[in-house]
Amino acid sequence: MDIILLLFIFTLAAFLGFELISKVPSQLHTPLMSGSNAISGITIVGALIATAGTKDCTFATVLGVVALVLACINVVGGYFVTDRMLAMFKKKGGK
Amino acid sequence: MNADSQTLMQTVNFVYIISSILFVIGIKMLGKADTARKGNIISAVGMLIAVVATLFDRQILKAAEPMSWALLVGALAVGSIVGYLVAKKVKMTSMPEMVALLNGFGGLASLLVGWADFYYRGMTSSISNMVSGGLPTFTLVATILAVLIGGVTFTGSVYAWGKLSGKISGRAQVFKGQKIVNAVIALASLAFSVSFCVVGDPQTAHLCLIASIILSFVLGFAAVMPIGGGDMPVVISLLNSLSGLAASAAGFVIENNVLIVAGCLVGASGVILTVIMCKSMNRTLSNVLFSGFGAAGGAKGGKVAGEMKPMSVDDAYYVLEAAQNVVFIPGYGMAVAQAQHAVKELATILENNGAEVSFAIHPVAGRMPGHMNVLLAEADVPYEQLKEMDEANRILETADVAVVIGANDVVNPAAAEDKGSPIYGMPIIEAYKAKTVLALKRGKGAGFSGLENALFFRPNTRMVYGDAKATLNELVSKFKQ
Repeated sequence: MDIILLLFIFTLAAFLGFELISKVPSQLHTPLMSGSNAISGITIVGALIATAGTKDCTFATVLGVVALVLACINVVGGYFVTDRMLAMFKKKGGK
Repeated sequence: MNADSQTLMQTVNFVYIISSILFVIGIKMLGKADTARKGNIISAVGMLIAVVATLFDRQILKAAEPMSWALLVGALAVGSIVGYLVAKKVKMTSMPEMVALLNGFGGLASLLVGWADFYYRGMTSSISNMVSGGLPTFTLVATILAVLIGGVTFTGSVYAWGKLSGKISGRAQVFKGQKIVNAVIALASLAFSVSFCVVGDPQTAHLCLIASIILSFVLGFAAVMPIGGGDMPVVISLLNSLSGLAASAAGFVIENNVLIVAGCLVGASGVILTVIMCKSMNRTLSNVLFSGFGAAGGAKGGKVAGEMKPMSVDDAYYVLEAAQNVVFIPGYGMAVAQAQHAVKELATILENNGAEVSFAIHPVAGRMPGHMNVLLAEADVPYEQLKEMDEANRILETADVAVVIGANDVVNPAAAEDKGSPIYGMPIIEAYKAKTVLALKRGKGAGFSGLENALFFRPNTRMVYGDAKATLNELVSKFKQ
């Protein structure tokens, strides 16, 4: 894929990210951090490719598997932790 | 590439676009109280479809044999089970260090992805007579960035986790010449990184990569070491941003859109959040990172005059019993003592007793922004009673009693009055304005930042020593008598 194209979407994503959370109430900062931390586990996609795409090279595959487990913990743990926190706000909002 | 596999690749990339959109919508919705939970689920759906689509990626289908499928499914299963269990088991009070640890895992994963890709493509490629195994310089730069940022994120997060969970001292660790040592480490890793990109020979490049990995680990520790535990929220926020950038860099390595976009979104939003947090402490990011704030033997601020006056729980009961307007000011001590439910119980009793009750939430109280809100929400404290700093300070002017529960620096009047104090200029909750201040505190020691708190020496302050939860429960039972 064209490098310039990749840098182009990176730049746009950066500006989008800056705008997205400019006004967030402070009590949502922790869930937001935790939720975006789960998104940074997107590296799980890279880990999948690194694991499967290196089948004839044991060392690289091992690195990939470890990456996959770690990224998966980050993703699954991150989403559930965030949901647990937000579930509490929900209960309160229902009052 | 035949037509079929091209269609498949386009489909996978199309799904990645949908994932990216879901992430954007998810983050947007996470920023609003009534949509936050839905936003998190939407972003989780985006993640799920990205993972499923990746299983149809050309490279994975190419490797479609029982052994590699077993590896993929096995690793995903192990990661999911562990992730689910830690998320369900962790106490609400230890949430900040949990986020730090998960964040570290993400950083390490990005590092490993970069390393695996280089080892495979750079070392074993048939065209290895070209520069570093035929990988373009751009890919090499992306690889070294993923590795360096991922490595720093990993050890930095683990160190932050250790500090927050009390496994290592929360104090800033500073020593003479630390900045020089850190600068040398940073320069050395830079030197190895540049060599990695330009050296040409794959074997040598790989050694440079390994050296960079080790140095990035050291750098992560070294960078967080001089930062006091009180500033850990800022550090975690920054590391969260970095783990996003590491994922983004890994995305450039394997030329994957969804990694680049999602990682970059996290990186950018993390920077904004970090800046917001620094502002609420009236400090700059560089001041947080490099000042060695709160180190043992560091600046202590002016001597505090007067003495701390203790008060028994019995007397505290009479004070509260007569109060018309009570403001609770929770801090990390409330989290440590797991006292949020006891606080809520006391608040309800005081309300039934005819008092006006509110909770003053400092933006950086606890170990993360919003930490107190989460804990109080867990205890069912109504949303309307939670007051942000400005409103809380107006209420405090007419309050009868301010109950400080394990909060320290965020109520320290030295921040407003003592120019010599290292926290001078930080906006605080003005607890001292209340007629009486009850400070629930475990002992006489200084706070997490290592500073003496001038509030505790004020004439209108009474110290109620002991475990906050036990004290609160005792007060509750006195009201019930």
